[in-house]
Amino acid sequence: MSSKIERDAHGRKQARYAPWLLLVPGLLWLIWFFYLPLYSLFRMSLSTKPSRFAVPEFGWAWSNYSQAFSQYGAQFQRSFTYALAATIVALLIAYPIAYVIAFRGGRYRNVLLGLVVVPFFTNFLIRTLAWKTILGNQGPLINLLQTIGVLGPNETLLRTPLAVIGGLTYNFLPFMVLPIYVSLEKIDPRLLDAARDLYSNTWRGFRKIIIPLSLPGVFAGSLLVFIPAAGDFVNSYYLGNAKTTMIGNVVQDQFLVQNNYPIAAALSFVFIAIVMVVVAIYSRLLGTEEIA
Amino acid sequence: MSAVVGGAKKPREQYGTVTSPAGRLGRFIINLFAAGGLLYLFLPIFVIVAFSFNQPVGRFNAVWNRFTFDNWLHPFADQALVDALLLSLKVALISTVVATVIGTFMAIGLVRYRFRGGGAVNFLLVLPLTAPEIVLGASLLTLFLAPTMLLFNISFSLGFATIVIAHIMFLVSYVALTVRARLRGFDWTLEDAAMDLGANPTRTFWRVTLPLITPGILAAALLSFALSIDDFIITYFVSGPSTTTFPVRIFGQSRTATPPQINVLSTMILLVSISILAIGTLVSARRTKRDTA
Repeated sequence: MSSKIERDAHGRKQARYAPWLLLVPGLLWLIWFFYLPLYSLFRMSLSTKPSRFAVPEFGWAWSNYSQAFSQYGAQFQRSFTYALAATIVALLIAYPIAYVIAFRGGRYRNVLLGLVVVPFFTNFLIRTLAWKTILGNQGPLINLLQTIGVLGPNETLLRTPLAVIGGLTYNFLPFMVLPIYVSLEKIDPRLLDAARDLYSNTWRGFRKIIIPLSLPGVFAGSLLVFIPAAGDFVNSYYLGNAKTTMIGNVVQDQFLVQNNYPIAAALSFVFIAIVMVVVAIYSRLLGTEEIA
Repeated sequence: MSAVVGGAKKPREQYGTVTSPAGRLGRFIINLFAAGGLLYLFLPIFVIVAFSFNQPVGRFNAVWNRFTFDNWLHPFADQALVDALLLSLKVALISTVVATVIGTFMAIGLVRYRFRGGGAVNFLLVLPLTAPEIVLGASLLTLFLAPTMLLFNISFSLGFATIVIAHIMFLVSYVALTVRARLRGFDWTLEDAAMDLGANPTRTFWRVTLPLITPGILAAALLSFALSIDDFIITYFVSGPSTTTFPVRIFGQSRTATPPQINVLSTMILLVSISILAIGTLVSARRTKRDTA
């Protein structure tokens, strides 16, 4: 009778074939349309394409990689620098928001969380275009900054690295807020009273209890901001200039404008390889729970 | 008295509070910071909504000119933009349904059973979620461009089908992992109880398991829909020259013109999303109230 099935502490069944029946459709989709494309990307990165209209042919052309690095090393470096800066700023903005919602939100916690997410129901491009208006030379912000003397009369906000980093920070901010909130929300608030009873002041309690216990959320959030920020091309396209091009801009341009597939594929492949290594280390150390 | 000893409950925000002036100041500063953060999140949204009432000078709706209701009276004036939005909705609907079904299967498979290879499947699922969109788009494009398709020897031409395929791909992982997280606390022995009472496995699934996990699935589906509608980078790579979704249309147009209808339609989408969110919050609040009463 079915009630005799053995289960572990969580009520999970020990089974050999049943789970695979449920997993196969999804796994097949992912293998076909995620893992196989990575293979075809790798193949493309070793192909040659003598002219714009030629059909790429596979030929162990490792020179694509050295060419990609020598030509676009600066963009690689810039992408990671901008993404790192955006991650740090996002962390500084997101932490107080998550903290206040988790510890002071009371019964409005869900509403406040909703408020964090609501702006992102408008399209990514439209939000970035709105920033272009805000930072633009005819916008209000620049007038204010020039009046109070933060910016010189000929200095601008738009088309600067700062604008690109600001856009990246903004666009990926919820990915930082939500994981930090989740780990803060799990903290047993009685720990704070315990700390106070043991003569710890608020700051010390914060430093010794809340910060360490929220680190999983901080790490997950950092990963979830850093990766899309490093691969983005829209913020640099709308808010930057020719000197702020990132790796995403190069890949986009080489793939879709120049049709130089092999170089673009080599660039993408290096990028995904770096990300995969980071994710593998991350999931080894911290598991995959926090990312989802 | 220390709260660690007793089970006395007090509101969460009252723990660890200090009433010294310095403590109050600290609380005030951090509250101010958070409020500033929320304001920052809404700044572009205010601009988007405000500029939906702008009468633009020239082709770009980027500089404030004067207030008008014209754009709201003719929200569908830009036919190509409306077509693009309808296409986006269609893509989102199909890919959400498919991804939710396949993804939920995966989540159930992962949570309900203990089996060899579970860890590997987890890793296979997480990677697509963390991969940069540009690489997802670029790699799918190389697959679709290959003259004879790998694996099943099918060839693709870029368009509606390739967009849907791509969206399902990035949504499946997302659905599987979010539903899995929601299923963590699920008491699978309820299934045993149902079967002990004479239900067969199919009946048990439809009458016991599915109703219990539906809220989690619904939440994942809603967010999938939003992710699909919003996606630009991957879609831009796999859409081809003649199929244009809402974001792709905006990007293509933003070089030559930005009609204020973009702002009007975005504001409409925003209002619909807020309503759905509000209804969801109310329903779940009522449910918790009922359950705790």
